Amino acid sequence: MKSAMLNRFIVAVYMVSFFTFLLGPLAVMVVSAFNTPAYPQVWPIEGLTLEWFQRLASDAEILEGLKTSVIIGIFVVLVSVPVGLAGAICMTQIFRSARSFYYFVVVAPVLTPGIVIGISTVVFWRDFSGLAGLRELMYDGIVLTVLGQSSFISSYCMLIIMARLQRFESAQEEAALDLGASFPQAFRHILLPFLRPAILSAAVLAFLTSFENYNTTTFSILADKTLTTVLAGRVRLGSSPVISALATIIVMLTLVAALAYELIKRREDRRNARRKKTAMAAEDAELSPGAPRPAPKSTDTPPLRPSPSPRNAIHVSSR
Amino acid sequence: MKGLSITFAATLIVVAIFLLLMMLERKKGGRGMSFFERNGVLIGTYLILAVGFWTIVTIIMPMVFMVDLSFRPKLPPSQVGGPLDEYTLKNYRYFLFGSSTSAEAWNTVHIRAFFVTIVASIILTLVNFAICYPIAYYMAQAATLKKLRIVLLLLIIPYWVNDILRAFAFRILLSENGFVNGVLDWMGLAGAPFDFLGANVGLYMALCYSHLLIMIFPLYNAIESQDHNQIEAARDLGAPWWHIHLFVVMPHAKPGIASGMTLCFMLTAGAVATPMVLGGPRSLWFTPIVYDRFYQLFDWPQGAAYAFILLLACIVFVLTVLKISGLKLGEITR
Amino acid sequence: MTIAVELEKVSIQFGSFTAVEETDLEIQEGEFFSFLGPSGCGKTTLLRTISGFTHPSYGKVRIGGVDMAGIGPNKRPTALIFQNLALFPMMSVAENVGYGLRVRGVARGVRDAKVARLLDQVALSPHADKKINELSGGQKQRVAIARALAVEPKVLLLDEPLSALDLKLRQHMRRELREIQQRVGITFIYITHDQGEALTMSDRVAVMNAGRIEQVGDGRSIYAQPKTSFVASFVGENNAIPGTILATEGELATLDTPVGVLSGRNPTRLGAGGEATLFIRPELLRLSDGTPSECAIPTRVGSAAYEGSMTHLQLDAAAGTRIMASVIAAHASAHPQVGQPLSAGFDPHHAVVLAG
Repeated sequence: MKSAMLNRFIVAVYMVSFFTFLLGPLAVMVVSAFNTPAYPQVWPIEGLTLEWFQRLASDAEILEGLKTSVIIGIFVVLVSVPVGLAGAICMTQIFRSARSFYYFVVVAPVLTPGIVIGISTVVFWRDFSGLAGLRELMYDGIVLTVLGQSSFISSYCMLIIMARLQRFESAQEEAALDLGASFPQAFRHILLPFLRPAILSAAVLAFLTSFENYNTTTFSILADKTLTTVLAGRVRLGSSPVISALATIIVMLTLVAALAYELIKRREDRRNARRKKTAMAAEDAELSPGAPRPAPKSTDTPPLRPSPSPRNAIHVSSR
Repeated sequence: MKGLSITFAATLIVVAIFLLLMMLERKKGGRGMSFFERNGVLIGTYLILAVGFWTIVTIIMPMVFMVDLSFRPKLPPSQVGGPLDEYTLKNYRYFLFGSSTSAEAWNTVHIRAFFVTIVASIILTLVNFAICYPIAYYMAQAATLKKLRIVLLLLIIPYWVNDILRAFAFRILLSENGFVNGVLDWMGLAGAPFDFLGANVGLYMALCYSHLLIMIFPLYNAIESQDHNQIEAARDLGAPWWHIHLFVVMPHAKPGIASGMTLCFMLTAGAVATPMVLGGPRSLWFTPIVYDRFYQLFDWPQGAAYAFILLLACIVFVLTVLKISGLKLGEITR
Repeated sequence: MTIAVELEKVSIQFGSFTAVEETDLEIQEGEFFSFLGPSGCGKTTLLRTISGFTHPSYGKVRIGGVDMAGIGPNKRPTALIFQNLALFPMMSVAENVGYGLRVRGVARGVRDAKVARLLDQVALSPHADKKINELSGGQKQRVAIARALAVEPKVLLLDEPLSALDLKLRQHMRRELREIQQRVGITFIYITHDQGEALTMSDRVAVMNAGRIEQVGDGRSIYAQPKTSFVASFVGENNAIPGTILATEGELATLDTPVGVLSGRNPTRLGAGGEATLFIRPELLRLSDGTPSECAIPTRVGSAAYEGSMTHLQLDAAAGTRIMASVIAAHASAHPQVGQPLSAGFDPHHAVVLAG
């Protein structure tokens, strides 16, 4: 018993130090965003202020960068999600050596440093766009950044969608075809709805990854500026609590989104548990003696049966 | 344009190899239907166009071209494709020996930065693993559902704060008049403010910090998939705790460990923002040197060569991890 | 009667592996036809070929007299019930049943009326708006049937649809399937490895082994008059006694076996001198402790397993041969002593001699 107590103590100490390390720097930044000194300062607190947030809101360069980042993010989602989806579907239709080869190519961007992707995109498009006669249109910071980011964000999307696709029963699609659906109909009615959760998380992930990307963007953005490149310039010049204010907003948004996600997830879990209970009740009725064909009965009050707690209810996609 | 012909040729070869493999595959007994029969014309066309665009135009061609460019001299635009545009090892020679006018035999600054980057990245990757493994194990096998949810929520908070802001936070913490020096001063420990940033403590801490989550989630997913009964059984048989971790949990979690380490190494060695913000007075990391080829010297061929050297280091690391762990590429990229 | 499905010299190969060898078969309209065989015998491949998901390497598939070459699964007058049912989890019960009509562009009003009628037929009307994961196994089964019937197929194909069900429910669903088939009057082609299912439901059964149809016939003839030793040993329990044919006489053949000289029917007209196996069903053995009759095997009782209505005896004969005998438990001979000598006799017309 003593060793169990000691064990618990060690775990607790470890957890506290870990989360101090993980959240401490953020806390420091958040505090400095509300503190009055113009150099970001945590202690002493010389006075509470929202000045840095106001300055942030009226900082034209940052706002311009934000706008560019959002535009790029939207285009990256529009490119990466359909491409990742296609990549995942193709993956399920080729086998053995062809599959390994294909997989190597489409996963390579995930394992390539962002700086290399950015550089290769810029140098290639400088010459290629001229050759294709599209220099005006293509050799543009935003276009190049969308292309460069999409090359590896598409891989992320593919991996997320593939994880779900692996659980798809091809019989589902065959059943639709067998009932007379055309190929696009089977795709739209069966496969897409099945993949919808994965497609949605891929889209969210694609946008956020694009939004926070710096390594690739700093090369491919050319003369334009995104939020991250503006930030990098500012931080290199010096420290300002305005940057702390921005970080505070990002942390808050993440927190709100995570909580909202958690709530939605719980509601879904409860609904699934309810359905399972209904099914079990029907099963019981079916197998009870003297009822070969279950008479339809009210399912409002199904007999209670503890359903196993969904341990895997929370799933965080790794990038 | 002469510059792209090699790129086109190489791309064609890659596509041809793929088609050849497909044909062999089909001959060996591909079950059922052909590609278009299976997907229909419309969807099939979408699949081919999307994947073709992605793999050929955004992955293969830029990469091949970058390598191609790294073997060319820096020329003004008017002379590109001219008689002076010949393949050369000049850019790689520069990495090793420096400019022909310098007095030193070796380009020590760049070579040292490269090796410091690689060695430090390996060490930081191992440190990250050591920090993250207990948390991942706790989350996957020990925590109750309620605690797990709280831990996951706490982990998510810093997730979307980007590297620049993370580095910035460490600057607030560690700069000469920063928080930590303030605390040390208050405790009367440090006589003078300690220059953490000059000593690169900030850089290493921030690099470690930035990639904690990259390590935790693959580990967590891998450990989570293990049946807890296996661990109970091992404990029941009297195995000591370190034995259980070394011979029961870690072998099972091998794909997750390899995956976390690979990503962690790649992102650490390829980090651009953190060294820029916290790099201290001397340029220590390799990526700022690559950056300077482009935006200080405007020598793109040399920059391409340096980027390729960095890429090669990552490839070697991935291959080493695969070799040591005995895993396939597909198993570590989930 | 007209022919619903016709296979003409159909063979199916995957690479160098032959899944189905050259097969000819005609299935009548309105027939309940089963393919029975162990897993991997090619029965599912054959079913997928009829439904259009696999193409025959050689030969022709005709449905309703029309050659199906080049006609996709979505254009064929067949409906398939999948082994795991493949119900659409994102749709309600009614949407599942109406899916085939929806993709055919049937107007909503017509569609709804038809779905309601079908749901009523399978007693699922109260569950129309439920999601699939709210249903029990039997309910899902009936949704799958209603969904397939909604498109009014000429032929309904069923791929072991009962295998996931509880034993009791399975027996109930057998009756129900048979009733539905008789009510709608279309051809059912049923795949199973469960001989009980095949024999109780079908008008005719095709027994398959290693990509080949071994025998086609009604349940009775398959059981009582097997044409190959695979059929004799796969369908029902059977005692197999190998030996050499001594002589043939009319429709009977006499074998020299390690347990004595025995006779049985010789349906395939095997000649004297060849190796053959004599099959005799456990329930057709007559046990007596008196003197052995002309066609009998001297044995000793090895063990007895009481199973309610029947008792299964394991009898040890010469040369290590084991003979199984089933006796109605109420019968006096059902309770012998272990070790007691018994003579297991039979009518030569009940036994069958087959090659191999």
